[in-house]
Parts: sequence; C-alpha cells; structure tokens
Amino acid sequence: MLTKRAGLKLATAFAALMIAGTAQAAEKLRLLTWADYAPKEVVDQFTKETGIEVEITLSNNEEMISKLRATQGAGFDLVQPSQDRIAGPQTEFGIYKPLDLSKIRSDQFIASMLESTKKNTTVDGKVYGVPHIWGTDGLVVNTKAAPKVADYNDLCDPALAGKTSFRSKRPALIAFAFANGMNPFASYGDAKAYAAMMEKVGAKLAECKKNVKFFWDGKDQLLNALRSGEIVAAMAWDTGGWKLNSENADIKFIAPKSGALGWVDTFAIPAKGRNDEAAYKWINFNMRPEIAAKVAASAGNFTASNGADKLMQGKLKDQFADSFPKTAIDNIKWYPAVPAGIEEIEGKVLDRLKAGS
Amino acid sequence: MSTRPGLRLTLFLLLAPAVLWLGLLIVLPHVEILILSFSERVAPRIYVFGFGNYLEFFTEPLYWRTFARTAIMSILVTALTLVLAFPIALYIARVAQGRLKAMLLLLCLLPFWVSELVRTLGWMMLLRETGVVSHGLQAIGLTGERIEFLYNDGAVILGLVYGGLLFMIVPLANALESLEPAVVEAGFDLGGSRWIVLRRIVVPHAMPGIVAGSIIVFMLTVGNFATPVLLGGKNGLWFTEQIYAQFITRFNWPQGAAFGMLLLLLSSAIVWAGLRLTGQSLGTTLKQA
Amino acid sequence: MAQSTDLDLINLVKRFGSHAAVNDVSFSVAPGEFFSILGPSGCGKTTLMRMIAGFEDPTSGDIRIRGRSMIGVPANKRPVNMVFQSLALFPMMSVGENVAYGLTCRGISRAEAEERANRMLERVGLKGFGERRVTALSGGQRQRVAIARCLVLEPTLVLLDEPLGALDLKLREHMKIELKQLQATFNTTFAYITHDQSEALVMSDRVAVMNQGRFEQVGSPRELYHHPATPFVASFVGETNRWQGEASAASGGTISVRLPSGAVIQGQGKVADRAMLAFVRPEAIALAQDPSALGGLPNRFEGRVSAVLFDGANSSLLIDTAGFEEPVRAVLPQAGPLAGIQVGAPVHVGWTADAMKVFAA
Repeated sequence: MLTKRAGLKLATAFAALMIAGTAQAAEKLRLLTWADYAPKEVVDQFTKETGIEVEITLSNNEEMISKLRATQGAGFDLVQPSQDRIAGPQTEFGIYKPLDLSKIRSDQFIASMLESTKKNTTVDGKVYGVPHIWGTDGLVVNTKAAPKVADYNDLCDPALAGKTSFRSKRPALIAFAFANGMNPFASYGDAKAYAAMMEKVGAKLAECKKNVKFFWDGKDQLLNALRSGEIVAAMAWDTGGWKLNSENADIKFIAPKSGALGWVDTFAIPAKGRNDEAAYKWINFNMRPEIAAKVAASAGNFTASNGADKLMQGKLKDQFADSFPKTAIDNIKWYPAVPAGIEEIEGKVLDRLKAGS
Repeated sequence: MSTRPGLRLTLFLLLAPAVLWLGLLIVLPHVEILILSFSERVAPRIYVFGFGNYLEFFTEPLYWRTFARTAIMSILVTALTLVLAFPIALYIARVAQGRLKAMLLLLCLLPFWVSELVRTLGWMMLLRETGVVSHGLQAIGLTGERIEFLYNDGAVILGLVYGGLLFMIVPLANALESLEPAVVEAGFDLGGSRWIVLRRIVVPHAMPGIVAGSIIVFMLTVGNFATPVLLGGKNGLWFTEQIYAQFITRFNWPQGAAFGMLLLLLSSAIVWAGLRLTGQSLGTTLKQA
Repeated sequence: MAQSTDLDLINLVKRFGSHAAVNDVSFSVAPGEFFSILGPSGCGKTTLMRMIAGFEDPTSGDIRIRGRSMIGVPANKRPVNMVFQSLALFPMMSVGENVAYGLTCRGISRAEAEERANRMLERVGLKGFGERRVTALSGGQRQRVAIARCLVLEPTLVLLDEPLGALDLKLREHMKIELKQLQATFNTTFAYITHDQSEALVMSDRVAVMNQGRFEQVGSPRELYHHPATPFVASFVGETNRWQGEASAASGGTISVRLPSGAVIQGQGKVADRAMLAFVRPEAIALAQDPSALGGLPNRFEGRVSAVLFDGANSSLLIDTAGFEEPVRAVLPQAGPLAGIQVGAPVHVGWTADAMKVFAA
C-alpha cells in the first residue's frame, strides 16, 4: 500500500516535472501578486494575445520583499508591492530594477496617480514603480450591533469588549496615531520623534488590546468572524467591507473620522527578472480600461487605469459613494514612502504589543 | 593489499549520501545562520561583525521574556503530554494484543496523515465561539451564551499536547514493551501497591523512553509555529513568531538568525539540564528510543 | 487455635473457557514442609501456583493460608512470596535494594530495611554484595538474591516456579542442595513446582504429581517411586520399562499379563481388566549369565545385549529379549562378573512379581 502510494507520488512528481519542462519552452511571465489581481479570464486573454504564459504566485507586502531579498531579486519577472514599500527596501536590499518608462503607455494611467506613485518610488533619481490598484483601510462595522463606531478609537469601546479586531501590523499604528491627533507621516523623517510617537500609540493599543478578540491575520479569518457575528467592528480593507455588504446590508465599510488610509499597489520589476519585455506587455495590457475594469471587479477595488471607472459595475460605485462622502475622500491619508529604519521602530512596538498581556 | 583502497572507496560511496545530506541540509545552513547572526547593520547594505544581535536578546526584556514564556509553556506541554501518554502507552504495550494493538497505534497515527495546519484548523472549528463545542454546550443547556474557547493559552496547550502525543506514546510504548511481565508481578508479589510498582519499577524501567519522548515533544513544541499562532490569538506570542517577525516582517535577518541560534542553544541547554536532573545520558536514551 | 497447616487448597478449579486448567485439586501443606508439584508442561501447575500467589482468581474452590481464605485478597496483601522462573529481579535496583524492596513496601524505614536486607544477604552468602547491580551477578548469586528477597519478608509460604530451569546442569545440581539447606535453615514452608522429577525427588518432603489439571498422587518421593498409584505416575517418575498386554489370570494380588507375543509375565495389581499396563524399574531387573542364578524368579527370559548406554552411575543396558517388542532396559552392572559386558553378549533377565506394577490401561 505504502509503496504503491510512494510510487504514485513519484509518478506525479515526474509528470509535474515534465509539464514544467514543456512550460519552460514557451515564453513565460512569473508574476508575484495579491489574491484576485490576476483573474483567470484576464490571464487567458493575455496568453491568447501574446503567447506568453503567466505563472502566478500569491503573497503580501512583507513576503514579497522577503522572497526577493532571499534571492536578491530573482525568481520573478514582475511583482506588485504597495507604493510605500518600494523605496525603503530598494535602498536597503537593492531588489528592484529601474523601470524603462518609455515602454509603459502612460496615457492609460490616471495622470495624478501615476505622478504621485513615480515620486514615491523614486530612489537616486530612478523610478521603480507605477500604480495599478488602489484602495483604503478603514472600518468594517456591523451597524446594527455596533451603531456608534465612527473612528478607530471606537474599537476600544468597552461596550464592544471581545468583539473587535485589527491587524497587529503597521497600518494599525498609523491609524491609531491619526485617530489620537498625531501625524505619523510628518515625523517619517525624524526617527527620534517617530519612535516617541510610536511609544504613545503602542501604549494606546496595549490598553485597547483587552477589547480585541484576536489580531486578525488572514482576510478570510476576519470575514468569517464578521459573518458569524463573533466580530462586530474591525479595522480592515474597504474591499472586504463591500464584499460583506453585498451579503448583509447591515455590514458597512466606514471611512473613519480621522481618515481612511489610502494605499496603492504597484507594478515593479525585480532586480534579476528574466523577462522584462513580457512584464511591460502585462502592465500595458492590464491598464487597458476594459481589462482594468475586469481586474478591479475581481479585486473589489479601484484601478489607476484612466477611464476604467466608466466601465465598472454600478454596485461597487454605489458602495463607494456610500462609504466615501466628498469630505471623506479628501480626508484619505495616502501612505508616503516608508523610509528605511521606520519599520524597525514599529516592529518593536508591535512585538511588545503582542507579547504583553 | 589491493582490496584496502577498494574497501575504503566502497565505504566512502556508501556514506556519501548521509554525509551530503547532513552537510548540505543541516550543517551548512546552520553555519550560514551563525555567520549571519553576527552581522550588524550600520547603513543600507553595509554590515559589520558584532554581537549586537545577541546583546539585543538579553537587554530587551521583551525577547527573553517571550523565550522564557515559550520554554515554560513547552515544559508544561511536555509534562502534560507525558501524563496523558503514559496510560495510553501502558495500555498499548502491556494490555492490548495483536490486532487491537495495531489498531490503537494506527489510531494514534491517524491525525498525522493530515498536515499540522489542517489539524490546527480542525481545533479552531471545534473551539471557536460559533464552533462545535460552544454549540454543543448550549444544546444540552449547560450555558445560555456562546463561549469562546479559542485564543488563549489553554487552547495553545491543548493543540500542542495533541500534536505531541504520538511522539511521546511511541518511545514510551517501546520502552514499556521490554518490561518483563514477571518483574511487574514480582513488584506486586513482594507487597508493592499499584503506586509503588509504578513509581519504583515501571517508571524507572520506562525512563529512557520517557526522556526520549520528552526531548522530542519539548523540541517540537518549542519550535512549533502554526499552533500557537492560530490558536493563541492576541496573547500567545511564541518565540518562533519572534523569529518569523524578524525575518519576514522586519527584514532584519541578522536579528532573526541570532534568535534562531539562541533558540537552538537555549532549548538544547534545557534538554541537557533535564538529562542531568533525571540522571540519564543522551547515549542510552537514543539507544532505547 | 494453633493451625496445623500453612496452606490448604479445597476443591480448587480454574477454567479458561471450557478448558479446565486446574480441575478439583485439594491438598494441604504442613508448616516447614518442602512440597513439590511435579508435572509435564501444560498440566496446570503454573496456573495453580499463580492462583496461590494471587495473580489468577480461581473459578471455584478455596485457597487458605493458615486457615484464612485468600479469595479476594490481592497478591500484594498475601503472606506468600514467589521466586519466579526468570527470577524477575529488579534490574533498575541494586542487589540491596532488591532485597529491601518488600520491606520498604511495608513502610519500614529505609535505614532499617537496608540493615535487614544486609543481614539477609549475609545469611545467603552474599555479604557485601548490596551495592552491586543485579546484572553483575552470576546465575547462582541471582538465584540467592531472588530467594533472599522473599525470605527477608518472613512469609508463611514461599512459592518457587521452576527457578532452576535456566541454570546449567552442574550449577543446578549444586543449587538443589543449597535450596534444600536454605529451606531447612529458615524452616519456611516451600511450595516448588517443576517438570524435572529429579529436582522434585531430591528436595521435597512430599511431591504431588499433576496431570491434565488433576493430582494423580501425593506422597513422599519414595512412595511415588516405589508405589506409584497410577500408570502416569509410574511412567513419569523415574526410568521404567513399560509393556502392554492382557490380563490372563489373577490370584491374591498377583496378576498374569499375556503380552502380544504370547509370553506371560507376572506382577502385582488390583484390578484384572482386559487391557493392562505393566511397569518394571530398570534397577529391579536381575541379570545373570547362568539361568540357574535366577531360579527363584517368576519372570525369567533370555536375551542379547543390543546397546550399552554408559552414563556413569546412571548407565543402562538395552537387552533384546525373546517375547518383548521393545528391548528390556536394565541397570549396567559396574562390578561383578557382568561388569564390562559387551553388545551382542547373551544374558538372562528376571524380576520378582513384587517389582512389576500392573495397572488397567
């Protein structure tokens, strides 16, 4: 039985190797991205048009950077970190390649967004990223069970003890800093002041911790807990909130009073990418309005593609309008590039938050 | 005379896979980690040799407290696993016969056919507020409210004990199987109560198995990652999470490497202390296990 | 009331399913007696002993020690200690700890237990061995530790389960004598089980021969040897010639048995059934070169030596004898005119009617 099973395994491994071998023959784009950013329909169309196959690996910001760091920028041809996480790691580890902007059709991008992303991802005068998908971090609230939640600090309301959640990651620090009248982005350049500010935020979070059911880690974990009612208010991405809103109208994404946190995910090319041509083709293909609209619908977020919004479904637009009145849009706090060393300060505060009881 | 070099070559070829395996997969990475742990960042992409990463562990209470907490909980888990595994192993080794024995061992083995992650997720399904246990308690009227069993140290210990049980039962059952039935009977015959026979005859005989099982379970527990992360929630910081955080979310590899080396050294030291305390030597333990 | 027996078994039965391992056994052992139970393997003697020790519960019947019923009394509460076949010394303890174990179980202080253990070791000739590991002892020394471990508890009864089985012949012969002496010195009641008739005969005051769960006969070694009560005892205890035939005549305790060849032999027996078994010990067979020397014997035959089985004092001759299907076995004379007899030599054999025991087959 066992030998049979082992034999089967060997055969499968061999078959997989054969397939991998044949795939090697065709042109291939190795893409490291987020869940839902490369829906099958879009990938298939790309392969049909260009003959290039796309090999997708799903990840998040930290893991993307760690993976590239481990190989000094090899193993992938195109990656999609957030725009604030490019300059710092590039300075520190040199894992990206400067973009050849002449190969990117800049007319397909929303001009202001392209400019701000270029600015944020510039190191030594070279640009390392262009925008793709953007969205916000705010509050996902079951308005029936927790009608009073309007800002991050409300997650610490004793009335909701054991029914709230946030991630023990840097967005929580930034969010609670704003909610408590500080401006962390203004102190990015001053490590000492930033450290002092984070100490304060850390103390605030430590106090809030007893109110939290768990620090959420995976998106599905949080959404399940919100569906079952175990959690009634959490700091989370807008897309998750809108997804739940479609299932249960009571659950809403709320732009907090102190401001939603705006993020932009980019396209960047790893230092040792092997197929830059395919990478540029994928970027230009993805920014076509009709393709960008499909990707945005799949991700549940908005795109930096110029004109795609006209093609998007009504529902998401309505939800966005509901969550973001004009003032709330103006109040979005866009992440500036994270300077090197900032994560060190934040990391220690987060470690202490998790370890303390 | 001519066979000697030939013999040596054969021996070399036979040993080559083992040596390569040890060298490439175990020794080499550890050497690399060790070297990495002694480098300190002074500026972007510039590192110098230094002991700073180790100093950080001892000077920052956060880190050594996390380690102490991990070690103490691992010792507790090991002790609980031992207490739970002993009667099971005793039953398998001394009472069960033939097919029943094979069945019982298989039953212990069964949970290990699925990955640790799946097993842990299984526990989450059972223990969460809207999970099976909570619903069950409500259904039989023991409680009117939903109860959260997850996200506390108890859940972590439960998951870790569950994961360690097999690794305790097998060496224990092995050791107990070699205990001659007549020796146990002699223990009773000469006036020993159950407790005396257990304490003075069965346990001393099983000592190599106890030590082997405890070392395995302790090491597995101290080095576990998924179980404390998933079941522990907001308070359950395990030392391995600290290492993960340094490597992955903080990009501070030298610090993570230093923590890794410290985990290896400190948990080895605890095992060594345990061996000294019980008067066992590693050699005899390995032989029996 | 003074008890005149140390151990009484009353109608003891032990069944495993439908099989009766011990079938209605009753006997008593007197204080200070060396009592053996002798039987082939599988006869139920081990089960019997384990019931006395408390490791098995009888199906019915009673076990009494000094008059007190042991039914429901666990092994560790019985005034009975056992020397196991494998000795079952505690390998995790030193010699001294092995002997002191039982004492400490009774709540005696460590110091006193050690003191008493050392005295006991001295009495069994193991002075100064207390600190040694049991694995560092010779076979005979281990034997003595196993017995000392029991005797130090001053039990009413010591059970011995073939403890000499694992020893080599020379040591076994030596230990037989030593055991007997130990028992005499301590004046403790011993119940000894064995399948080796020589062990039973040499050491015991009384021997019970057990077969298929029952006692065939209980008696002194001499009684068993010379006056076996059943054909099983006659053939199991000691060497013997065994013949099958039919009863042809009986008068006053003497029975004539006709062998299949037609030859008729005379012996002593009670019943005259059709099929009979006749037993004669080799040493009861008289040999002579001249038939006139055997003139007074009712059984006389002529034969020829077919084999000389030399084994020192236990040497024997096999004699092909007219009228007998199997050769007759006799003791090899080591002195006199027949000493040095060779294979092929003609010889006359004869025996008295008293020497031949006849039983219904």
